Amino acid sequence: MVSTVYAITLVVMALIAAVFCFVIVNSKKVETDYSSVTKKWYGVRGKWFFFLLTLGVIITYLSLSPFPIPDQKKGYQENEYQVVKVDSYQWYWTMTPNTVEAGKPVTFLVTSGDVNHGFGIYDENLELLGQTQAMPGYTNKLIHTFDKPGKYKILCLEYCGVAHHAMITELTVK
Amino acid sequence: MSSTAVVNRKIEYSESENRNALIAVKAHLILGLAVLLLMMLAGLTMRAVQGTWLEIGADLFYQIMTVHGVGVVGAAGIGSTGVLWYFLRQYVRLSNTIFWINFFVFVAGVVMLLGSIFLGGYGGAWTFLYPLPGKSMGVWSTGAAAVFQLALLIIGTGFLILYLDMGRGILASFGSLSKALGLPQLFGRVPVDTTHPPTVVAGTMVLIVNFLGIAAGAVVLVMGLINLYNPEFQPDALLMKNLIYFFGHVFINATIYASVTAVYELLPRYTGRPWKTSKVFYAAWFAIVFMVMAVYPHHLMMDFPMPRWALIVGQVLSFGSGIPVLVVTGYGALMIVYRSGIQWSTTTKLLFLSMFGWAAGVIPAILDAMVTVNRVFHNTMWVPGHFHFYLLLGLLPMMFGFIYHLTGEGRQGEQPKAADNLGFYAYLIGAFLTSMVFLASGANSIPRRWATHMAEWVTFAQVGTVAAALVVLGMLVFTFRALFSLPKAAEPR
Repeated sequence: MVSTVYAITLVVMALIAAVFCFVIVNSKKVETDYSSVTKKWYGVRGKWFFFLLTLGVIITYLSLSPFPIPDQKKGYQENEYQVVKVDSYQWYWTMTPNTVEAGKPVTFLVTSGDVNHGFGIYDENLELLGQTQAMPGYTNKLIHTFDKPGKYKILCLEYCGVAHHAMITELTVK
Repeated sequence: MSSTAVVNRKIEYSESENRNALIAVKAHLILGLAVLLLMMLAGLTMRAVQGTWLEIGADLFYQIMTVHGVGVVGAAGIGSTGVLWYFLRQYVRLSNTIFWINFFVFVAGVVMLLGSIFLGGYGGAWTFLYPLPGKSMGVWSTGAAAVFQLALLIIGTGFLILYLDMGRGILASFGSLSKALGLPQLFGRVPVDTTHPPTVVAGTMVLIVNFLGIAAGAVVLVMGLINLYNPEFQPDALLMKNLIYFFGHVFINATIYASVTAVYELLPRYTGRPWKTSKVFYAAWFAIVFMVMAVYPHHLMMDFPMPRWALIVGQVLSFGSGIPVLVVTGYGALMIVYRSGIQWSTTTKLLFLSMFGWAAGVIPAILDAMVTVNRVFHNTMWVPGHFHFYLLLGLLPMMFGFIYHLTGEGRQGEQPKAADNLGFYAYLIGAFLTSMVFLASGANSIPRRWATHMAEWVTFAQVGTVAAALVVLGMLVFTFRALFSLPKAAEPR
């Protein structure tokens, strides 16, 4: 997912850069009748608009079905899910339990005892797998299934004060 | 319609009013430029610390981070206001006195911000995310947090006063905000007038959204201030977050919509081709009024208790917000330059670059605003990646291009000086690399707002430091050019 998004970004930005370069290269030769320029390119603009509109509708439908965030009102039972209670404080995490099994979905119930924090799950290669905010007064339900055992890191992803960058703990997946 | 009709719309001022107005605009631009230069040095410092080339305490790092955030937003605000006000006063009668009042209120606010950060030690980030300002674990005092929020409140009040004057002027000239936005023309109640000034449309949009955005900001700042001195008053954290991001998103976005007036006004002068308004133009700006205000939930996608519909709106409108620039403004700039015989001066290069920066900068922003993508990009370096792209290559070139125009550069066949060329290309390469390194860092899951980076991330920060140094080099040239040439420059004809 991350590499795909990154590649799309680079390709589209490069295409936009190419269009601007094309116009720069063609800026010196003078076409005095501007109305002929606008007539030609307004036609293209209409098609461009409908292309973007269609693309937007398709992307919206595909990316939102099913909705990527778990239902927060649903109770996630312990027979189907491993439940981990996560509390966050300046500047440490408490996780109960702090060991889970691979292959079975884990429901993290994430909250904060003081300020806003960000619960980010990183694998051993420091790749971000998923996250949710930890807010005072709210419990956010994040569901993640670990594919393989290992030592995973929990990093704080919401600025929370002077030791924000040191707010790290470990989750063991067996 | 001939250009004579446009000239006839213009407001007549006395010579002394015009002279005073030009001084005021220059003061806004020079202040904005000076603050931006200092903020870029702050950014360079942070990247050097993350790259292990410089060692400072975490408390100082986060103070620098706080001043960098609030300083850039403030400088963008005051500079873009200078651009918009300069052009808008040509079509609606605006008060020099109120323009100056906002300027000095802003300066007073900046002094308070600097005091709260570097004397009081406030390092709660420019977003003052409740309840962090009141819970620093002894790093800064309640007083420091209060002065920071009070400063923002005062600065916001100055802007509100200015917007009231803009609103008064627009109503006096056009009768209603709806007419100023061109809505009767859009909906066919009156024939389309292609000479209706784009600046008036943009200025009206900025006025509407920023008035509401700043009002929301004032509400959340007052609630935060009450909480600081009466901790039993505990507003809902999610409500506060909504208000803060509504205010912050609207304010920073409005700066680019205000500054784009420089492109609308100046590219036609340098190409000899008009920027005509049309139904498509009015529709785009009418949509922007709503989209800029309603899109902010894309900052809250990882706040799972947010209503599902709000996050869907955030995603859909993020995509929608890219369409006006890709289809109308950016596209219009491409058409106006294509085979125009334009002379490439620093002014025109910067203005054209701004269109590229804006158009390309929307791509990583749109992608990050998809819920499914946001799960692995939110609060990583991807976020500063896309907004640095927008700001460094979109917004700031609009302001710098306008400054170069005011200095008289690029007219009468004059060639850019070697120093200006050096500044432009150092800035271009540096800004592009800075943004791309941020994006690459985000794609490697590196979190934002970390004073100390893990060993695996240090190389990214080091490359980012070199890129930031290039930005500073370019910025130094722009700043010296402005300081030496702008004060004595006459009103461009």
